[in-house]
Amino acid sequence: MTTSDDTRPGVNAFGLLKRFGPLLFLAVLMVIFTIMNPNFLNPINLFNVLRQISITGLIALGMTFVILTAGIDLSVGSLLALCGMIAAVVAKGGTANTLALESAAGAGYGWFAALLAAIATGCLAGLIQGLTITRLKVPPFVVTLGGLTIFRGLTLTISNGGPISGFTADMRWWGTGLVGPVPVPVIIFLGAALLCHLVLRYTRYGRSVYAVGGNAEAARLSGLRVDRILVSVYVIVGFFCGLAAFVLAARLNSAEAVAGMGYELTVISAVVIGGTSLFGGVGSVGGTVVGAALIGVLVNGLVLNNVSSYTQQIVIGLILILAVAFDRWLKTRTRG
Amino acid sequence: MVAPTASPAASAEPLLVIDNLGKRFVGVTALDGVSLDVRAGEVLGLLGENGAGKSTLLKILSGAQPPSSGTITFDGAPYAPASPIEAKARGIVTIYQELSLIPTLSVAENIFIGRAPLSGLGLVDWRAMRRETRAIIARVGLTTDPETPVSALSVAEQQLVEIARALSLSSRLIIMDEPTSALTEAEVARLLAIMSRLRGEGVAIMFVTHRLEEASQICDRVTVLRDGRLAGHMARDAGPIPIPAIIERMVGRAASELYARPTERHAPGDTRLAIRGLTTPRNPEAPNAITLGGVDLDIRAGEILGLAGLVGSGRTELARAVFGADPVASGSMTLDGAAYAPSSPHDAIARGIGLVPEDRKHQAIFAALGILTNFSVAALSRFAGPLGIMREREERRVLAEYRKALSIRMASPEQRIDGLSGGNQQKVIVARWLARDPKVLIVDEPTRGVDVGAKAEVHQILVQLASRGIAVLVISSELPEILAVSDRIVTMRQGRITGEMPASEATEEKLMALMALETREEATA
Ligand SMILES: Nc1ncnc2c1ncn2[C@@H]1O[C@H](COP(=O)(O)OP(=O)(O)OP(=O)(O)O)[C@@H](O)[C@H]1O
Ligand SMILES: [Mg+2]
Repeated sequence: MTTSDDTRPGVNAFGLLKRFGPLLFLAVLMVIFTIMNPNFLNPINLFNVLRQISITGLIALGMTFVILTAGIDLSVGSLLALCGMIAAVVAKGGTANTLALESAAGAGYGWFAALLAAIATGCLAGLIQGLTITRLKVPPFVVTLGGLTIFRGLTLTISNGGPISGFTADMRWWGTGLVGPVPVPVIIFLGAALLCHLVLRYTRYGRSVYAVGGNAEAARLSGLRVDRILVSVYVIVGFFCGLAAFVLAARLNSAEAVAGMGYELTVISAVVIGGTSLFGGVGSVGGTVVGAALIGVLVNGLVLNNVSSYTQQIVIGLILILAVAFDRWLKTRTRG
Repeated sequence: MVAPTASPAASAEPLLVIDNLGKRFVGVTALDGVSLDVRAGEVLGLLGENGAGKSTLLKILSGAQPPSSGTITFDGAPYAPASPIEAKARGIVTIYQELSLIPTLSVAENIFIGRAPLSGLGLVDWRAMRRETRAIIARVGLTTDPETPVSALSVAEQQLVEIARALSLSSRLIIMDEPTSALTEAEVARLLAIMSRLRGEGVAIMFVTHRLEEASQICDRVTVLRDGRLAGHMARDAGPIPIPAIIERMVGRAASELYARPTERHAPGDTRLAIRGLTTPRNPEAPNAITLGGVDLDIRAGEILGLAGLVGSGRTELARAVFGADPVASGSMTLDGAAYAPSSPHDAIARGIGLVPEDRKHQAIFAALGILTNFSVAALSRFAGPLGIMREREERRVLAEYRKALSIRMASPEQRIDGLSGGNQQKVIVARWLARDPKVLIVDEPTRGVDVGAKAEVHQILVQLASRGIAVLVISSELPEILAVSDRIVTMRQGRITGEMPASEATEEKLMALMALETREEATA
């Protein structure tokens, strides 16, 4: 039996640490980077960080639902590429890779159709993976590992391996536009995060997700339709892959067949660093946002200080392990 | 109940001395200044209401948790185990309230976990392991094949395996947290006999129970805790320790009010649930699992039907089949006259059936979630407003009602449920189903681990539910409980009904005879 005091009233240093540990860590990191390079705190740089994390952040929101049910989705990076490619095809009305921007406008179906197509692709892929997991009883790890290569293969097939570039200005606005000083992708990410938080914290559906992850058998015996809920979380992560793919394509003005390679690891790291348990039932959207921000700040700070991208990868891996180890350690402390 | 009498041959020198022990959790003081001692060759009962601190005390002794203050001496030397392994090495073995066997491993592997017998080549000697396992489990009266995976055993059998494992480690102090709560009368008697024998061999036993009859019968001494403090020690002198005296120490009021039979109720109404020829399929993966062999049963509105039987008689299987949790092979059911064939618990619940399952840890509790979430999970539709948004204020209000009605001891609705004592967890699960307001409520061991006071409260609530027209099916291994709450009692054996009688005519002896009887067809054939 694991025990914990974190939800008890009263002031408890360890309880607080456990709850706000990632946030505290983020704050410390920001202070360090500011000292090392005052440019770090520049609002332009901070918005830059936020914009950089918005793509993986969006997917991490969906991944939070999946991991809360004790599942995993390894296919998100490939699905991102697939959805982006579909969005590009719809936006351009074909697979021709012409950079003649405005001239192509007449041929395509507009940004809205592109967005819908990307999201529909993501949801459909999630639905198929979810049904495979629940109906055929194949573990999520295996199904989505298969998805990882299948979706990448589909993307390469559709695009013939090359990128599809050149979108209309109103489509590009979704990736590059600003509302006041705030980049549009950041608004989308934070808006989606708020929505996910509300859903998980305050709705019946949110309760079901936690229950299924906490104890699937007890959830079934409490009348929850466990299989439906499991399928739904893969649809949700697919939805966010579609949305993120659209924003990414709009920002880069191009859909790349190799987009999103290795994103699954960044996304899962963000969720886990944010305190969501891989065993299910424990975690929050707030944690995931902080986890994503932590990785973003780390990368940004390292870049500002001229640390090579090779070293960055080492540091992120170490932070991931440290975060989980720290969480474990606090658990044993709060027990006694 | 046949139980061995005590042999007060305990040595005068204490084996274990606990001095001024304290344990604080955030917001709760679980133990405060508790002192007691245990001698070799004696059985010490640790008693108290739910949440009194019994399990906490045992966890400290077993090395699972450190104390906040106080000292312990074992065998003349200071004792402060950092882990259960260290405790075991010192000769103290603990059997926990929640079973801790590994379900996917076999009985033999579980018993020899970490100490498998090796052959000359340094490989596991499976044959020796099987042979020794057979001998070890025979000590608790089990004849199961050592190869059986633990998951194929009933809860009661698993517990026996765990006790057998503890016996096989030559320990000087065996600690057991509610070892008898999952056993039937016959198995309890067997366990008490084993305890008595061990006592004769000079082993000290310390155990927690909510069944005061057995405590009174077997214990040389009892220690009563109340709200984390010592409420008194009692020793047997001429005869067994009187139960009313124990209860008074436990709850701080007279026992008579607790033993009152629930108030009388109206005559039952029409048939609510009718079961005809119900059978369940044999599972090729668990060929020894119990299946139903054609059950006919009627439960009427406003009636409390008691279902008695030994472990393995098919009571739980019947409950699960009715609840849609397990598939049905043949037979039919009607609910209020309409055909009823649930394909999942979701269906069953939508039709108004509720089930408090037998195995709290695996089938009922969401350990990592808060009490509020645990409470309302089966009644989300009741508490969800427009857009599926939970009406938390309403949830809290209803939870507060049940908290009072069932006297659930908890810090706050947000508190994780695994921070509650076992009995209080069970009360939350009962409240979960009360919040659903079902038409038929099946309760499988509803008061397992619940203290005497709260037990009476749960019984009273079942009676209230029945008087509101709900059909209640009570499964319990405690015959006194069945006798106390039921209007009518049905006995089962090997997946079939073996007898039926109104509670007014029933006695423990009659029921035991029926529980051991051949099935009706066999008997009349
Ligand atoms: N890990 C924990 N965190 C917070 N509070 C705890 C924890 N463990 C126990 N408690 C609290 O300590 C008190 C004593 O609990 P304990 O489990 O020892 O009771 P118990 O006497 O064994 O009750 P029961 O008969 O119901 O099993 C309870 O109020 C419980 O809520
Ligand atoms: Mg206990």
